[in-house]
Amino acid sequence: MANENSRTGGFGAWLLDPKRRGALLVTPAITILFVMNIFPLLWSFGLSFFNYRASSLKVPTFRGLSNYERVLTDDKVWERFQTTAIIVGSSVILQLIVGFLLALMFAKAFPMRRIVLMLVLTPMMLSFVSVGVFFKLFYEPTFGVVSYLLSNFSDDRFVVLGTPAGAIAGIVIADAWMWSPFVMLLVLAGLVSVPKYLYEAAEIDRASSWRRFWTITFPYIKSLLLLAVLFRTIETFKLFDIVYIITEGGPGSSTETIAVYLYRTAFQFFRTSQSSALAYIVLFIVVVLTNLYLYAVNRRAEEVD
Amino acid sequence: MARRYREIGKAGWGYTLITSIVGLIYFSPVLWIILTAFKTRTDALAVPPKLFFTPTLENFTSVFYRSSITTGTSQSTDMALYFFNSIFIAGTSVGLALIVGTLAAYAFSRYPLRGNDTYLFIILTTRMMPPIVVIIPIFLMFRLSGLAGSYWGIILLYTAFNIPFSVWLVKSFFDELNPEIEDAARMDGASESRVFFKFCIPQILAGLSATFVFGLILTWNEFLFALLLTGVETRTVPVAMARTLGGEVGVDYGLLAAIVTLFLLPIFFVTFLLQNQLLRGVTFGTVKK
Repeated sequence: MANENSRTGGFGAWLLDPKRRGALLVTPAITILFVMNIFPLLWSFGLSFFNYRASSLKVPTFRGLSNYERVLTDDKVWERFQTTAIIVGSSVILQLIVGFLLALMFAKAFPMRRIVLMLVLTPMMLSFVSVGVFFKLFYEPTFGVVSYLLSNFSDDRFVVLGTPAGAIAGIVIADAWMWSPFVMLLVLAGLVSVPKYLYEAAEIDRASSWRRFWTITFPYIKSLLLLAVLFRTIETFKLFDIVYIITEGGPGSSTETIAVYLYRTAFQFFRTSQSSALAYIVLFIVVVLTNLYLYAVNRRAEEVD
Repeated sequence: MARRYREIGKAGWGYTLITSIVGLIYFSPVLWIILTAFKTRTDALAVPPKLFFTPTLENFTSVFYRSSITTGTSQSTDMALYFFNSIFIAGTSVGLALIVGTLAAYAFSRYPLRGNDTYLFIILTTRMMPPIVVIIPIFLMFRLSGLAGSYWGIILLYTAFNIPFSVWLVKSFFDELNPEIEDAARMDGASESRVFFKFCIPQILAGLSATFVFGLILTWNEFLFALLLTGVETRTVPVAMARTLGGEVGVDYGLLAAIVTLFLLPIFFVTFLLQNQLLRGVTFGTVKK
Protein backbone atom coordinates (compact mmCIF):
# COMPACT_ATOMS: atom_id res chain seq x y z
CA MET A 1 0.00 0.00 0.00
CA ALA A 2 1.50 3.33 -1.05
CA ASN A 3 1.90 5.82 1.72
CA GLU A 4 0.50 8.90 0.07
CA ASN A 5 1.08 11.09 3.07
CA SER A 6 4.78 10.59 3.57
CA ARG A 7 5.46 14.06 2.24
CA THR A 8 3.81 15.77 5.18
CA GLY A 9 5.49 15.44 8.53
CA GLY A 10 4.48 15.71 12.15
CA PHE A 11 0.95 15.43 13.40
CA GLY A 12 -0.63 15.29 9.93
CA ALA A 13 1.41 12.27 8.97
CA TRP A 14 0.71 10.60 12.27
CA LEU A 15 -3.02 11.19 11.87
CA LEU A 16 -3.22 9.99 8.29
CA ASP A 17 -1.10 6.90 8.83
CA PRO A 18 -2.87 3.98 7.12
CA LYS A 19 -2.87 2.15 10.44
CA ARG A 20 -5.22 4.78 11.82
CA ARG A 21 -7.43 5.10 8.77
CA GLY A 22 -10.22 2.96 10.23
CA ALA A 23 -10.27 4.87 13.49
CA LEU A 24 -10.14 8.19 11.63
CA LEU A 25 -13.14 7.31 9.49
CA VAL A 26 -15.17 6.25 12.50
CA THR A 27 -14.32 9.34 14.57
CA PRO A 28 -16.94 11.80 13.24
CA ALA A 29 -19.78 9.33 13.78
CA ILE A 30 -18.61 8.37 17.25
CA THR A 31 -18.08 12.03 18.20
CA ILE A 32 -21.63 13.02 17.30
CA LEU A 33 -23.04 9.95 19.04
CA PHE A 34 -20.95 10.75 22.08
CA VAL A 35 -22.14 14.35 22.30
CA MET A 36 -25.81 13.64 21.61
CA ASN A 37 -26.27 10.19 23.18
CA ILE A 38 -23.52 8.86 25.38
CA PHE A 39 -22.68 12.08 27.22
CA PRO A 40 -26.34 12.88 28.03
CA LEU A 41 -26.78 9.32 29.25
CA LEU A 42 -23.77 9.63 31.55
CA TRP A 43 -25.19 12.89 32.82
CA SER A 44 -28.54 11.36 33.63
CA PHE A 45 -26.76 8.42 35.22
CA GLY A 46 -25.18 10.92 37.56
CA LEU A 47 -28.50 12.66 38.15
CA SER A 48 -30.13 9.38 39.10
CA PHE A 49 -28.16 9.44 42.37
CA PHE A 50 -29.38 12.92 43.34
CA ASN A 51 -32.74 14.44 44.05
CA TYR A 52 -32.72 16.90 41.17
CA ARG A 53 -35.92 18.43 39.84
CA ALA A 54 -35.71 20.33 36.57
CA SER A 55 -38.46 22.68 37.76
CA SER A 56 -36.78 23.83 40.95
CA LEU A 57 -33.69 25.92 41.58
CA LYS A 58 -32.72 24.09 44.76
CA VAL A 59 -29.23 22.63 44.79
CA PRO A 60 -29.65 18.87 44.44
CA THR A 61 -28.30 16.66 47.20
CA PHE A 62 -26.74 13.24 46.87
CA ARG A 63 -29.16 10.42 47.59
CA GLY A 64 -27.20 7.32 46.69
CA LEU A 65 -29.33 4.47 45.41
CA SER A 66 -32.55 5.72 46.99
CA ASN A 67 -34.09 6.65 43.62
CA TYR A 68 -33.56 3.13 42.32
CA GLU A 69 -34.94 1.74 45.54
CA ARG A 70 -38.02 3.95 45.30
CA VAL A 71 -38.67 3.12 41.67
CA LEU A 72 -38.23 -0.63 42.12
CA THR A 73 -40.50 -0.81 45.15
CA ASP A 74 -43.17 1.46 43.68
CA ASP A 75 -46.38 -0.44 42.91
CA LYS A 76 -47.25 2.16 40.29
CA VAL A 77 -44.09 1.38 38.34
CA TRP A 78 -44.86 -2.34 38.40
CA GLU A 79 -48.36 -1.63 37.19
CA ARG A 80 -46.93 0.34 34.23
CA PHE A 81 -44.56 -2.53 33.46
CA GLN A 82 -47.51 -4.90 33.54
CA THR A 83 -49.56 -2.70 31.21
CA THR A 84 -46.59 -2.49 28.86
CA ALA A 85 -46.15 -6.27 28.96
CA ILE A 86 -49.83 -6.86 28.17
CA ILE A 87 -49.76 -4.43 25.25
CA VAL A 88 -46.43 -5.74 23.92
CA GLY A 89 -47.48 -9.39 24.31
CA SER A 90 -50.86 -9.10 22.65
CA SER A 91 -49.67 -6.78 19.92
CA VAL A 92 -46.70 -8.96 18.97
CA ILE A 93 -48.86 -12.11 18.91
CA LEU A 94 -51.46 -10.38 16.76
CA GLN A 95 -48.73 -9.12 14.41
CA LEU A 96 -47.33 -12.63 14.10
CA ILE A 97 -50.69 -14.12 13.19
CA VAL A 98 -51.74 -11.42 10.74
CA GLY A 99 -48.24 -11.05 9.29
CA PHE A 100 -47.95 -14.78 8.78
CA LEU A 101 -51.30 -15.05 7.01
CA LEU A 102 -50.48 -12.10 4.78
CA ALA A 103 -47.13 -13.66 3.92
CA LEU A 104 -48.78 -16.95 2.90
CA MET A 105 -51.08 -14.96 0.65
CA PHE A 106 -48.31 -12.97 -0.99
CA ALA A 107 -45.85 -15.84 -1.38
CA LYS A 108 -47.36 -16.65 -4.78
CA ALA A 109 -46.58 -14.78 -7.96
CA PHE A 110 -49.58 -13.10 -9.51
CA PRO A 111 -50.24 -10.22 -11.90
CA MET A 112 -49.85 -6.75 -10.36
CA ARG A 113 -48.41 -8.20 -7.17
CA ARG A 114 -46.19 -5.16 -6.61
CA ILE A 115 -49.14 -2.81 -6.61
CA VAL A 116 -51.36 -4.96 -4.39
CA LEU A 117 -48.45 -5.40 -1.98
CA MET A 118 -48.30 -1.61 -1.67
CA LEU A 119 -51.73 -1.59 -0.04
CA VAL A 120 -50.43 -3.83 2.72
CA LEU A 121 -46.98 -2.30 3.13
CA THR A 122 -48.03 1.31 3.48
CA PRO A 123 -49.17 1.22 7.16
CA MET A 124 -45.63 0.38 8.26
CA MET A 125 -44.28 3.55 6.69
CA LEU A 126 -46.82 5.88 8.25
CA SER A 127 -45.98 8.03 11.23
CA PHE A 128 -47.20 6.96 14.65
CA VAL A 129 -48.91 10.31 14.90
CA SER A 130 -50.91 9.78 11.70
CA VAL A 131 -51.91 6.30 12.81
CA GLY A 132 -52.85 7.65 16.22
CA VAL A 133 -54.96 10.35 14.60
CA PHE A 134 -56.72 7.79 12.32
CA PHE A 135 -57.65 5.49 15.12
CA LYS A 136 -58.64 8.24 17.49
CA LEU A 137 -61.10 9.29 14.81
CA PHE A 138 -62.40 5.76 14.30
CA TYR A 139 -62.91 5.22 18.02
CA GLU A 140 -64.60 8.59 18.53
CA PRO A 141 -67.87 7.70 20.34
CA THR A 142 -70.38 9.85 18.44
CA PHE A 143 -69.24 9.75 14.82
CA GLY A 144 -66.29 7.33 14.71
CA VAL A 145 -66.75 4.58 12.16
CA VAL A 146 -65.71 1.78 14.55
CA SER A 147 -68.16 2.98 17.18
CA TYR A 148 -70.84 3.15 14.49
CA LEU A 149 -70.17 -0.42 13.33
CA LEU A 150 -70.13 -1.70 16.91
CA SER A 151 -73.43 0.03 17.68
CA ASN A 152 -75.09 -2.39 15.25
CA PHE A 153 -74.36 -5.18 17.70
CA SER A 154 -75.42 -3.52 20.91
CA ASP A 155 -78.21 -1.15 21.86
CA ASP A 156 -76.04 1.02 24.04
CA ARG A 157 -73.55 3.42 22.59
CA PHE A 158 -70.32 1.56 22.98
CA VAL A 159 -67.47 3.83 23.93
CA VAL A 160 -64.43 1.89 22.76
CA LEU A 161 -61.92 3.80 24.82
CA GLY A 162 -64.19 4.05 27.85
CA THR A 163 -63.13 0.85 29.56
CA PRO A 164 -59.57 -0.27 30.37
CA ALA A 165 -59.93 -3.46 28.29
CA GLY A 166 -61.42 -1.55 25.37
CA ALA A 167 -58.69 1.08 25.46
CA ILE A 168 -55.95 -1.54 25.54
CA ALA A 169 -57.60 -3.40 22.66
CA GLY A 170 -57.86 -0.14 20.75
CA ILE A 171 -54.16 0.56 21.11
CA VAL A 172 -53.14 -3.02 20.37
CA ILE A 173 -55.19 -3.07 17.17
CA ALA A 174 -53.73 0.22 15.95
CA ASP A 175 -50.18 -0.92 16.66
CA ALA A 176 -50.67 -4.41 15.22
CA TRP A 177 -52.28 -2.98 12.09
CA MET A 178 -49.27 -0.78 11.59
CA TRP A 179 -46.61 -3.46 12.13
CA SER A 180 -48.04 -6.75 10.83
CA PRO A 181 -46.55 -5.92 7.40
CA PHE A 182 -43.12 -5.99 9.06
CA VAL A 183 -43.66 -9.58 10.17
CA MET A 184 -45.04 -10.35 6.72
CA LEU A 185 -41.82 -9.16 5.08
CA LEU A 186 -39.68 -11.34 7.34
CA VAL A 187 -41.85 -14.42 6.85
CA LEU A 188 -41.90 -13.83 3.08
CA ALA A 189 -38.11 -13.77 3.12
CA GLY A 190 -38.18 -17.12 4.91
CA LEU A 191 -40.77 -18.65 2.60
CA VAL A 192 -38.84 -17.87 -0.57
CA SER A 193 -35.65 -19.32 0.90
CA VAL A 194 -37.13 -22.84 1.05
CA PRO A 195 -35.48 -24.91 -1.71
CA LYS A 196 -38.08 -26.06 -4.25
CA TYR A 197 -36.80 -29.63 -4.43
CA LEU A 198 -37.91 -30.21 -0.84
CA TYR A 199 -41.51 -29.55 -1.84
CA GLU A 200 -41.12 -31.77 -4.88
CA ALA A 201 -39.79 -34.57 -2.69
CA ALA A 202 -42.71 -34.12 -0.32
CA GLU A 203 -45.06 -34.32 -3.27
CA ILE A 204 -43.63 -37.70 -4.18
CA ASP A 205 -43.93 -38.89 -0.58
CA ARG A 206 -47.51 -37.60 -0.52
CA ALA A 207 -46.91 -35.77 2.72
CA SER A 208 -49.97 -33.96 4.04
CA SER A 209 -49.87 -30.18 3.78
CA TRP A 210 -49.81 -29.93 7.59
CA ARG A 211 -46.77 -32.18 7.74
CA ARG A 212 -45.16 -30.40 4.83
CA PHE A 213 -45.51 -27.13 6.70
CA TRP A 214 -43.94 -28.38 9.96
CA THR A 215 -41.14 -30.39 8.45
CA ILE A 216 -40.18 -28.23 5.46
CA THR A 217 -41.46 -24.68 5.68
CA PHE A 218 -41.28 -24.06 9.42
CA PRO A 219 -37.57 -24.82 9.88
CA TYR A 220 -36.80 -22.20 7.22
CA ILE A 221 -38.87 -19.44 8.76
CA LYS A 222 -38.14 -20.31 12.40
CA SER A 223 -35.12 -18.07 12.79
CA LEU A 224 -36.83 -15.20 10.99
CA LEU A 225 -39.87 -15.51 13.24
CA LEU A 226 -37.57 -15.26 16.24
CA LEU A 227 -36.02 -12.12 14.74
CA ALA A 228 -39.48 -10.68 14.14
CA VAL A 229 -40.57 -11.37 17.72
CA LEU A 230 -37.46 -9.82 19.25
CA PHE A 231 -37.41 -6.80 16.97
CA ARG A 232 -41.09 -6.07 17.46
CA THR A 233 -40.79 -6.60 21.22
CA ILE A 234 -38.01 -4.02 21.44
CA GLU A 235 -39.95 -1.57 19.30
CA THR A 236 -43.33 -2.04 20.97
CA PHE A 237 -41.67 -1.72 24.35
CA LYS A 238 -41.01 1.92 23.44
CA LEU A 239 -44.63 2.55 22.50
CA PHE A 240 -45.31 6.18 23.22
CA ASP A 241 -46.79 8.20 20.37
CA ILE A 242 -49.87 6.07 19.70
CA VAL A 243 -50.80 5.91 23.38
CA TYR A 244 -50.10 9.60 23.88
CA ILE A 245 -52.42 10.46 21.02
CA ILE A 246 -55.21 7.90 21.30
CA THR A 247 -55.78 7.59 25.06
CA GLU A 248 -53.16 9.74 26.79
CA GLY A 249 -52.76 6.76 29.12
CA GLY A 250 -56.43 6.67 30.14
CA PRO A 251 -58.99 5.77 31.25
CA GLY A 252 -57.32 6.31 34.61
CA SER A 253 -53.87 4.91 34.07
CA SER A 254 -54.99 1.70 32.39
CA THR A 255 -53.07 2.25 29.15
CA GLU A 256 -50.11 4.12 30.55
CA THR A 257 -47.10 2.31 29.14
CA ILE A 258 -43.70 2.63 30.75
CA ALA A 259 -42.67 5.18 28.10
CA VAL A 260 -45.71 7.35 28.76
CA TYR A 261 -45.16 7.04 32.52
CA LEU A 262 -41.53 8.09 32.09
CA TYR A 263 -42.66 11.09 30.04
CA ARG A 264 -45.10 12.08 32.75
CA THR A 265 -42.63 11.70 35.62
CA ALA A 266 -39.96 13.61 33.76
CA PHE A 267 -41.87 16.37 31.99
CA GLN A 268 -45.13 16.83 33.84
CA PHE A 269 -44.09 16.20 37.44
CA PHE A 270 -40.44 17.10 36.82
CA ARG A 271 -39.09 14.35 39.06
CA THR A 272 -35.96 14.41 36.95
CA SER A 273 -33.72 12.26 39.10
CA GLN A 274 -36.33 9.64 39.79
CA SER A 275 -37.22 9.35 36.11
CA SER A 276 -33.53 9.04 35.24
CA ALA A 277 -33.28 6.06 37.56
CA LEU A 278 -36.29 4.42 35.93
CA ALA A 279 -34.89 5.28 32.49
CA TYR A 280 -31.75 3.35 33.37
CA ILE A 281 -33.76 0.29 34.32
CA VAL A 282 -35.57 0.52 30.98
CA LEU A 283 -32.25 0.97 29.19
CA PHE A 284 -30.93 -2.17 30.84
CA ILE A 285 -33.91 -4.17 29.56
CA VAL A 286 -33.38 -2.83 26.03
CA VAL A 287 -29.67 -3.67 26.12
CA VAL A 288 -30.49 -7.25 27.07
CA LEU A 289 -33.11 -7.52 24.31
CA THR A 290 -30.77 -5.97 21.73
CA ASN A 291 -28.11 -8.50 22.68
CA LEU A 292 -30.59 -11.33 22.15
CA TYR A 293 -31.59 -9.82 18.83
CA LEU A 294 -28.01 -9.64 17.57
CA TYR A 295 -27.45 -13.20 18.72
CA ALA A 296 -30.45 -14.25 16.62
CA VAL A 297 -29.17 -12.20 13.67
CA ASN A 298 -25.80 -13.95 13.76
CA ARG A 299 -27.40 -17.36 14.05
CA ARG A 300 -29.57 -16.63 11.06
CA ALA A 301 -26.56 -15.34 9.09
CA GLU A 302 -24.77 -18.63 9.74
CA GLU A 303 -27.81 -20.59 8.57
CA VAL A 304 -28.06 -18.63 5.32
CA ASP A 305 -24.39 -18.98 4.41
CA MET B 1 -33.45 -7.58 -6.91
CA ALA B 2 -35.81 -9.99 -8.56
CA ARG B 3 -34.33 -12.81 -6.52
CA ARG B 4 -35.80 -11.50 -3.27
CA TYR B 5 -39.29 -12.11 -4.50
CA ARG B 6 -38.70 -15.50 -5.97
CA GLU B 7 -42.25 -16.56 -5.35
CA ILE B 8 -43.61 -19.99 -4.62
CA GLY B 9 -45.99 -21.01 -7.36
CA LYS B 10 -47.85 -18.83 -9.79
CA ALA B 11 -51.40 -17.62 -9.88
CA GLY B 12 -53.58 -15.73 -12.31
CA TRP B 13 -55.86 -12.72 -12.36
CA GLY B 14 -58.43 -14.41 -10.13
CA TYR B 15 -55.85 -14.49 -7.39
CA THR B 16 -55.06 -10.82 -7.99
CA LEU B 17 -58.73 -10.05 -7.40
CA ILE B 18 -58.81 -11.95 -4.08
CA THR B 19 -55.61 -10.39 -2.77
CA SER B 20 -56.74 -6.96 -3.90
CA ILE B 21 -59.88 -7.28 -1.82
CA VAL B 22 -57.90 -8.35 1.25
CA GLY B 23 -55.37 -5.60 0.51
CA LEU B 24 -58.08 -2.98 0.25
CA ILE B 25 -59.61 -4.09 3.55
CA TYR B 26 -56.19 -3.79 5.14
CA PHE B 27 -55.71 -0.41 3.51
CA SER B 28 -59.20 0.87 4.38
CA PRO B 29 -58.15 2.97 7.41
CA VAL B 30 -55.88 5.01 5.15
CA LEU B 31 -58.54 5.23 2.47
CA TRP B 32 -61.08 6.39 5.03
CA ILE B 33 -58.84 9.26 6.11
CA ILE B 34 -58.22 10.30 2.52
CA LEU B 35 -61.98 10.30 1.89
CA THR B 36 -62.56 12.33 5.05
CA ALA B 37 -60.09 14.90 3.78
CA PHE B 38 -62.41 15.56 0.84
CA LYS B 39 -65.58 15.86 2.93
CA THR B 40 -67.25 19.01 4.16
CA ARG B 41 -67.44 19.44 7.90
CA THR B 42 -71.04 18.17 8.07
CA ASP B 43 -70.29 15.16 5.85
CA ALA B 44 -67.25 14.26 7.94
CA LEU B 45 -69.36 14.06 11.09
CA ALA B 46 -72.42 12.42 9.54
CA VAL B 47 -73.92 9.39 11.31
CA PRO B 48 -74.14 6.86 9.67
CA PRO B 49 -70.86 7.67 7.92
CA LYS B 50 -71.31 8.77 4.32
CA LEU B 51 -69.56 6.72 1.65
CA PHE B 52 -70.87 8.86 -1.21
CA PHE B 53 -70.59 12.60 -1.02
CA THR B 54 -69.68 15.60 -3.11
CA PRO B 55 -65.93 16.04 -2.74
CA THR B 56 -64.55 19.40 -1.73
CA LEU B 57 -61.05 20.85 -1.61
CA GLU B 58 -62.06 23.19 1.20
CA ASN B 59 -60.06 21.27 3.81
CA PHE B 60 -56.87 21.43 1.81
CA THR B 61 -57.10 25.19 1.36
CA SER B 62 -57.87 25.67 5.03
CA VAL B 63 -54.70 23.76 5.92
CA PHE B 64 -52.80 26.78 4.61
CA TYR B 65 -55.36 29.61 4.71
CA ARG B 66 -57.82 30.45 7.40
CA SER B 67 -60.59 32.86 6.49
CA SER B 68 -61.71 35.11 9.21
CA ILE B 69 -65.48 35.55 9.52
CA THR B 70 -65.35 39.01 11.03
CA THR B 71 -63.14 40.69 8.48
CA GLY B 72 -63.71 38.40 5.51
CA THR B 73 -60.03 38.33 4.65
CA SER B 74 -58.03 35.15 4.50
CA GLN B 75 -54.97 34.75 6.60
CA SER B 76 -52.27 32.16 6.15
CA THR B 77 -51.82 29.54 8.85
CA ASP B 78 -48.37 28.44 9.97
CA MET B 79 -48.79 25.03 8.38
CA ALA B 80 -46.59 25.92 5.39
CA LEU B 81 -43.82 26.78 7.83
CA TYR B 82 -44.27 23.44 9.61
CA PHE B 83 -44.07 21.54 6.34
CA PHE B 84 -40.94 23.49 5.45
CA ASN B 85 -39.48 22.70 8.89
CA SER B 86 -40.19 19.00 8.52
CA ILE B 87 -38.51 18.88 5.13
CA PHE B 88 -35.57 21.12 6.04
CA ILE B 89 -34.79 19.48 9.38
CA ALA B 90 -35.18 15.92 8.07
CA GLY B 91 -33.24 16.62 4.87
CA THR B 92 -30.27 18.29 6.55
CA SER B 93 -29.88 15.84 9.39
CA VAL B 94 -30.31 12.74 7.24
CA GLY B 95 -27.78 14.11 4.74
CA LEU B 96 -25.24 14.78 7.48
CA ALA B 97 -25.86 11.38 9.08
CA LEU B 98 -25.42 9.67 5.72
CA ILE B 99 -22.03 11.28 5.06
CA VAL B 100 -20.69 10.59 8.53
CA GLY B 101 -22.34 7.17 8.64
CA THR B 102 -20.94 6.08 5.26
CA LEU B 103 -17.37 6.88 6.35
CA ALA B 104 -17.85 4.89 9.55
CA ALA B 105 -19.58 2.03 7.73
CA TYR B 106 -16.67 1.81 5.29
CA ALA B 107 -14.23 1.62 8.18
CA PHE B 108 -16.26 -1.03 9.98
CA SER B 109 -16.50 -3.04 6.79
CA ARG B 110 -12.90 -2.67 5.54
CA TYR B 111 -10.61 -1.88 8.46
CA PRO B 112 -11.86 -4.01 11.32
CA LEU B 113 -10.68 -2.38 14.53
CA ARG B 114 -10.11 -4.07 17.80
CA GLY B 115 -13.48 -4.19 19.55
CA ASN B 116 -15.30 -3.64 16.27
CA ASP B 117 -18.33 -5.63 17.35
CA THR B 118 -18.55 -3.74 20.62
CA TYR B 119 -18.65 -0.41 18.79
CA LEU B 120 -21.28 -1.70 16.41
CA PHE B 121 -23.30 -3.02 19.32
CA ILE B 122 -23.14 0.30 21.18
CA ILE B 123 -24.14 2.11 18.01
CA LEU B 124 -27.13 -0.17 17.51
CA THR B 125 -28.16 0.15 21.15
CA THR B 126 -28.33 3.93 20.90
CA ARG B 127 -30.88 3.37 18.16
CA MET B 128 -32.85 0.64 19.92
CA MET B 129 -33.27 2.41 23.22
CA PRO B 130 -36.52 4.24 23.81
CA PRO B 131 -36.16 7.93 22.89
CA ILE B 132 -37.71 8.84 26.22
CA VAL B 133 -34.65 7.45 28.01
CA VAL B 134 -32.21 9.75 26.26
CA ILE B 135 -34.48 12.76 26.00
CA ILE B 136 -34.47 13.52 29.74
CA PRO B 137 -30.79 14.56 29.86
CA ILE B 138 -30.89 16.02 26.33
CA PHE B 139 -33.74 18.26 27.37
CA LEU B 140 -31.62 19.58 30.27
CA MET B 141 -28.59 19.93 28.02
CA PHE B 142 -30.54 21.90 25.41
CA ARG B 143 -32.06 24.12 28.07
CA LEU B 144 -28.64 24.99 29.46
CA SER B 145 -26.98 25.54 26.09
CA GLY B 146 -29.88 27.43 24.58
CA LEU B 147 -30.21 24.89 21.75
CA ALA B 148 -33.85 24.20 22.62
CA GLY B 149 -36.18 25.54 19.97
CA SER B 150 -33.37 26.22 17.49
CA TYR B 151 -32.89 24.54 14.14
CA TRP B 152 -29.35 23.53 15.02
CA GLY B 153 -30.36 21.72 18.17
CA ILE B 154 -32.95 19.49 16.56
CA ILE B 155 -30.83 18.94 13.43
CA LEU B 156 -27.88 17.83 15.53
CA LEU B 157 -30.08 15.51 17.56
CA TYR B 158 -31.67 13.98 14.47
CA THR B 159 -28.23 13.52 12.94
CA ALA B 160 -27.24 11.47 15.98
CA PHE B 161 -30.58 9.65 15.76
CA ASN B 162 -29.87 8.68 12.13
CA ILE B 163 -26.20 7.74 12.42
CA PRO B 164 -26.72 4.23 13.87
CA PHE B 165 -29.25 3.47 11.19
CA SER B 166 -26.96 4.79 8.41
CA VAL B 167 -23.90 2.96 9.73
CA TRP B 168 -25.65 -0.40 9.95
CA LEU B 169 -27.53 -0.15 6.69
CA VAL B 170 -24.63 1.21 4.61
CA LYS B 171 -22.29 -1.36 6.16
CA SER B 172 -24.62 -4.10 4.94
CA PHE B 173 -24.17 -2.72 1.41
CA PHE B 174 -20.37 -2.43 1.69
CA ASP B 175 -20.21 -5.99 3.02
CA GLU B 176 -21.75 -7.26 -0.19
CA LEU B 177 -19.12 -5.74 -2.47
CA ASN B 178 -16.36 -7.91 -3.74
CA PRO B 179 -13.13 -6.75 -2.04
CA GLU B 180 -11.03 -8.37 -4.76
CA ILE B 181 -11.98 -5.62 -7.20
CA GLU B 182 -10.75 -3.04 -4.72
CA ASP B 183 -7.51 -4.94 -4.18
CA ALA B 184 -6.99 -5.13 -7.93
CA ALA B 185 -7.44 -1.35 -8.15
CA ARG B 186 -4.90 -0.87 -5.37
CA MET B 187 -2.44 -3.08 -7.26
CA ASP B 188 -2.84 -0.77 -10.20
CA GLY B 189 -1.74 2.07 -7.98
CA ALA B 190 -5.11 3.64 -7.16
CA SER B 191 -4.97 5.66 -3.94
CA GLU B 192 -7.21 4.77 -1.01
CA SER B 193 -9.49 7.73 -1.59
CA ARG B 194 -9.75 6.80 -5.25
CA VAL B 195 -10.74 3.25 -4.35
CA PHE B 196 -13.40 4.64 -2.02
CA PHE B 197 -14.84 7.29 -4.35
CA LYS B 198 -14.40 5.63 -7.74
CA PHE B 199 -14.97 1.98 -6.91
CA CYS B 200 -16.98 1.53 -3.74
CA ILE B 201 -19.35 4.50 -3.72
CA PRO B 202 -20.62 4.11 -7.32
CA GLN B 203 -21.41 0.45 -6.66
CA ILE B 204 -23.61 1.17 -3.68
CA LEU B 205 -25.29 4.33 -4.94
CA ALA B 206 -28.67 2.60 -4.98
CA GLY B 207 -28.13 1.47 -1.41
CA LEU B 208 -27.07 4.94 -0.34
CA SER B 209 -30.16 6.52 -1.81
CA ALA B 210 -32.33 3.87 -0.15
CA THR B 211 -30.64 4.68 3.17
CA PHE B 212 -31.21 8.38 2.61
CA VAL B 213 -34.89 7.92 1.87
CA PHE B 214 -35.46 5.55 4.80
CA GLY B 215 -33.77 8.03 7.09
CA LEU B 216 -36.00 10.77 5.69
CA ILE B 217 -39.12 8.79 6.52
CA LEU B 218 -37.97 7.89 10.03
CA THR B 219 -37.10 11.51 10.76
CA TRP B 220 -40.13 12.90 8.98
CA ASN B 221 -42.32 10.71 11.22
CA GLU B 222 -40.49 11.32 14.51
CA PHE B 223 -42.62 12.85 17.24
CA LEU B 224 -41.24 12.76 20.79
CA PHE B 225 -37.98 14.65 20.24
CA ALA B 226 -39.81 17.19 18.12
CA LEU B 227 -42.53 17.59 20.75
CA LEU B 228 -40.07 18.47 23.48
CA LEU B 229 -37.31 20.24 21.60
CA THR B 230 -38.87 22.36 18.87
CA GLY B 231 -40.24 25.83 19.42
CA VAL B 232 -42.92 27.88 17.67
CA GLU B 233 -40.53 28.63 14.81
CA THR B 234 -39.11 25.15 14.36
CA ARG B 235 -42.22 23.02 14.97
CA THR B 236 -42.61 20.01 12.67
CA VAL B 237 -45.80 18.62 11.14
CA PRO B 238 -46.34 15.66 13.54
CA VAL B 239 -46.23 18.05 16.50
CA ALA B 240 -48.58 20.46 14.76
CA MET B 241 -50.96 17.53 14.08
CA ALA B 242 -50.94 16.43 17.70
CA ARG B 243 -51.63 20.02 18.79
CA THR B 244 -54.59 20.32 16.41
CA LEU B 245 -55.99 17.21 18.04
CA GLY B 246 -55.64 18.62 21.54
CA GLY B 247 -57.55 21.79 20.67
CA GLU B 248 -60.24 22.92 23.09
CA VAL B 249 -62.72 24.13 20.48
CA GLY B 250 -63.61 20.73 19.04
CA VAL B 251 -61.46 18.99 16.50
CA ASP B 252 -61.96 19.78 12.83
CA TYR B 253 -61.58 16.24 11.51
CA GLY B 254 -61.75 17.22 7.86
CA LEU B 255 -58.86 19.60 8.33
CA LEU B 256 -56.87 17.06 10.32
CA ALA B 257 -57.48 14.40 7.64
CA ALA B 258 -56.27 16.85 5.00
CA ILE B 259 -53.02 17.46 6.88
CA VAL B 260 -52.50 13.71 7.32
CA THR B 261 -53.21 13.12 3.62
CA LEU B 262 -50.64 15.73 2.55
CA PHE B 263 -48.17 14.20 4.98
CA LEU B 264 -48.83 10.73 3.47
CA LEU B 265 -48.14 11.58 -0.16
CA PRO B 266 -44.33 11.39 -0.07
CA ILE B 267 -44.58 8.17 1.93
CA PHE B 268 -46.71 6.36 -0.67
CA PHE B 269 -44.30 7.36 -3.35
CA VAL B 270 -41.29 6.16 -1.42
CA THR B 271 -42.86 2.87 -0.31
CA PHE B 272 -43.52 2.03 -3.92
CA LEU B 273 -40.02 2.93 -5.03
CA LEU B 274 -38.20 1.10 -2.28
CA GLN B 275 -40.33 -2.01 -2.04
CA ASN B 276 -37.43 -4.38 -2.65
CA GLN B 277 -35.23 -2.68 -0.06
CA LEU B 278 -37.97 -2.43 2.55
CA LEU B 279 -37.01 -5.50 4.58
CA ARG B 280 -33.40 -4.44 4.84
CA GLY B 281 -34.38 -0.88 5.63
CA VAL B 282 -36.77 -1.64 8.46
CA THR B 283 -34.36 -4.06 10.12
CA PHE B 284 -31.43 -1.61 9.88
CA GLY B 285 -29.63 -3.90 7.46
CA THR B 286 -29.53 -6.81 9.88
CA VAL B 287 -31.75 -8.97 7.67
CA LYS B 288 -30.95 -8.84 3.97
CA LYS B 289 -32.84 -11.72 2.47
